[in-house]
Amino acid sequence: MTEITIPPIDWRVATQLCIIFGWASVLLIIALFVPRSRIRVVGYLAIAGLVVAAGAGIPFWGGSAETFGGMLRLDTYSMMLNWLFLAAAAVVIAYSLNYLPKHGIEHGEYYVLVLFATAGMMLLAQGGDLIVLFLGLELLSLTLYVLTGFAYPRETSEESGMKYLLTGAFAGGFIVFGIALIYGATGSLNLAAIGDTLARAALAAEDRTYLYAGAALIVTGFGYKIAMAPFHMWAPDVYEGAPTPVAAFLSVGSKAAGFAALVRFLVEAMGSQWPVWAPALATLAIATLLLGNIGALIQNNVKRMLAYSSVGHAGYMLLGVLAAGAPGGMAGQRGVEAVLLYLLAYMLTNLGAFGVLIALEQRGELTWDINQFAGLWARRPLLASAMAICLLSLAGVPPTAGFWGKFYVFTAAWQAGFGWLTIIGILTAAIAAFYYVRIVVQMFTAEPSRETPAETDPALRAGLVIAIAGILVLGFMPAPAIDLVQRSVLATVGGQ
Amino acid sequence: MNAFPILSLIVWLPALGALGVLALPRANLQAQRAVAMGAALLALAAAILLVVLFDRNQAGFQFVESFAWVPSWGISYTVSVDGISLWLVALTAFLTPIALAASHGAIERQERAFLALVLMLASGMTGVFVAQDMLLFYVFFEFTLVPTALLIGIWGGAGRRQAAIKFFVYTFAGSVFLLPGIIGLHLLHRQATGVATFDIATILASLQLGAFQLDPAAERLLFGLFFIGFAVKAPIWPFHTWMTTAHAEAPSSGAIDIAGLILKIGAYGLIRFNVQLFPAAAAWAAPAIGVLAVISIVYAAWVAYQQTDMKRLLAYASVSHLGFIVLGMFALNAQGIAGAVAHMVNSALTTGALFLVVGMLAARRDSRDLRAFGGMWKATPVLGSLTLILVLGAIGLPGLNGFASEFALLQGAWRSPGIGWRYTLLAVLGVALAAVYLLHMYRATFMGEVPPDLAQTPDVRPRELVLLTTMATVVVVLGLYPALLFGPMQQSVTQIAQGTLQYLASR
Repeated sequence: MTEITIPPIDWRVATQLCIIFGWASVLLIIALFVPRSRIRVVGYLAIAGLVVAAGAGIPFWGGSAETFGGMLRLDTYSMMLNWLFLAAAAVVIAYSLNYLPKHGIEHGEYYVLVLFATAGMMLLAQGGDLIVLFLGLELLSLTLYVLTGFAYPRETSEESGMKYLLTGAFAGGFIVFGIALIYGATGSLNLAAIGDTLARAALAAEDRTYLYAGAALIVTGFGYKIAMAPFHMWAPDVYEGAPTPVAAFLSVGSKAAGFAALVRFLVEAMGSQWPVWAPALATLAIATLLLGNIGALIQNNVKRMLAYSSVGHAGYMLLGVLAAGAPGGMAGQRGVEAVLLYLLAYMLTNLGAFGVLIALEQRGELTWDINQFAGLWARRPLLASAMAICLLSLAGVPPTAGFWGKFYVFTAAWQAGFGWLTIIGILTAAIAAFYYVRIVVQMFTAEPSRETPAETDPALRAGLVIAIAGILVLGFMPAPAIDLVQRSVLATVGGQ
Repeated sequence: MNAFPILSLIVWLPALGALGVLALPRANLQAQRAVAMGAALLALAAAILLVVLFDRNQAGFQFVESFAWVPSWGISYTVSVDGISLWLVALTAFLTPIALAASHGAIERQERAFLALVLMLASGMTGVFVAQDMLLFYVFFEFTLVPTALLIGIWGGAGRRQAAIKFFVYTFAGSVFLLPGIIGLHLLHRQATGVATFDIATILASLQLGAFQLDPAAERLLFGLFFIGFAVKAPIWPFHTWMTTAHAEAPSSGAIDIAGLILKIGAYGLIRFNVQLFPAAAAWAAPAIGVLAVISIVYAAWVAYQQTDMKRLLAYASVSHLGFIVLGMFALNAQGIAGAVAHMVNSALTTGALFLVVGMLAARRDSRDLRAFGGMWKATPVLGSLTLILVLGAIGLPGLNGFASEFALLQGAWRSPGIGWRYTLLAVLGVALAAVYLLHMYRATFMGEVPPDLAQTPDVRPRELVLLTTMATVVVVLGLYPALLFGPMQQSVTQIAQGTLQYLASR
């Protein structure tokens, strides 16, 4: 019997992951000893952990390393995404600090679950192996099932938790089956190894069938996570029912994590098969753009509207994913950058918009009807202005972050030979302008139909200020952010 | 390179003023008005200085300021003027204080926000005219939508919300087509020359030197993308419906009409991009665009005659004028283009002043319906005579401002191979119709017997008198001495026309 040699583990690659996992476990215990009345302390501690983890990544920026036999990667791409996840989680926790007691659902586990979900996202960004990607996805999903149902006194929250569980279980199943088929076809689970096998020689016809079937199943699985049409049906119901900070987390963090893994899988493992998957993904992108934006058009519930709009935004990011796989170095790199910049802009914007929703939400009130926004400007000018900036950024009106995201994605898609797709993107952006501006006009011009008191607390305000400042800084001075994403390369893209 | 950033000053002074206004306490209305007016007047002073310093013997861009914005993409903050944008910058700077003055006393609530938005709009508009980087241009171009939509939506008439949404969605839907056009031009230029840039002057130079050649299909596609964006914004028939709604619902005082709606940023874009950068496609498309222009002229003029709401009437008049401008522009010769640019200025001046008159009439009667007026001359002779000058200027009476530009552009159109005399004859019909609808409006309001309840209507107040005499003076001066307007633009216009001539000769 040969001795199994375990290669030395490069712990630097897993530093951020270890901090979050470790801190989450410690907090779980700490939460037991914190009196109920001061449970908010756990939230502050969780934010502190996120900040520490983010700072711990700084020394490792710029390099590219892997460990656990290539299962875990740390390149600038995953580092950039990790920072996005950590920032999103911190803002979401800040939003929750007052939201939870207001709705009577304050428990220490909440913050711990957010940390575990964040760790799942980081696994998705760092995974270099299909099994790790699956692990990350399941960790993320399991915690989010609990979080969406966290407002359990409310039936819609329970319902949304259940819906998310059912679709999520299906997605997980698809991915496992896809992994099995791909393993059967290529004999490997490592993304880079699969990529090598496929690039070296053509597969036998039978194996090719397995490969494509497996890849389709995996894309479907991640398609659920990123709310890609036609796998987006859960999004409006779940967003509506979930506690609003969790909906914000779903719309930015879990979508970003899904994209992180999707890009890695499609570019690293399936890069050589781009001519095959590009047309299929282009079709899905078109469907996503159309269904998301047209679906949002007819919503009167702002939370549902944001859900459909997030489906539409997934469509724009898919244009970037399409470009990311394009052969010829330059275009592919542009695609990866485009996805990252779009994610950054979209994250800031959606966090801002959900923050305003949280400020407007009252205990026991389940309406996010557009009429609630009537005349908001006259009552809360700053809140209304913040919402307006977010909505204009979502619509892609310059000078906001959202504009640069769209610009980058369209440029990347055009460069990869999808000029016609940018035209469709343009058309749907025009459609989207209607439902965003409708709310802006409602806030600024309508007389209030009835008084909706709005409350903000310091933590919520801090989160909002970060989001709005981010949107405007990125809008007026995009150069630093663009430099940052240009340095965020998938390790293999640079090497190809 | 000019050491003193005069253009940036003109662009950003109003925006700074807007921030200043917002920083003042809500209750201190006098200080807010003073700051707003001060910023606008300073920008106007800078613009006058710009006109004085402008070197009229030079065809290219002057007062260039440029620094990198997004270096890795070749996006820069580049502002400069040539003979075409010079007057449009000056016009914007001239109209901003007028818009502010016109709104005094007419805004019932939230005046602070109103002043700030008007100033931000002025910054955006000026930015459109001076930006010589395609992406910077797009940013300014789209940015103007936000303050305009809010100004209509918050302070407009009964249908203001629908008008604001329609304005925003309609023009946004049009102008997003500019984005793929800009991206496509940038990428094709980079492919051909290896230089990543969005700078219009650089791309223009590459095109003229032959380093960057577009094949006809690509050129026509790009031309089409830009054309959709600008045609909706201009607006050219059949894309004009947002414009008439916006004018009709904008606040009665006329402030927004002159600050945001009558400035011809769409038509300017057509010259700057479609005509200047794609001469071959422009010559190819000229006959078709000529048809749209003639339809705009005649149809809008006819519809204007049918209106009873004076603001709607003027809105259609504006669409009709735009038809003339586009017709002259796509004549693609020096006369036509010069006439078109001059007409952009003249039409904005006369139509804008008439919007102010309508605002003054509406303030006296609480109605903009033609049928509610009559015989106002007897009650308000000063207002009547000033209005007469403006009406005659808009009609194009020789000796007033509209004549020279209209004449030049029609002459250019007549001599152009793409447009020709048939179109021009139909367009002349529009000149006649302009006289019909404007004199009809004038007769219905100022002539005839005065209804008893109007007999005691007060004549112009000092503020109104200053506003209208300022506008009327410019109308008369430009009418008596059109060379003032045409002189500085001559070199730039000739250069653009030469581009198309070269193409037509090589065919």
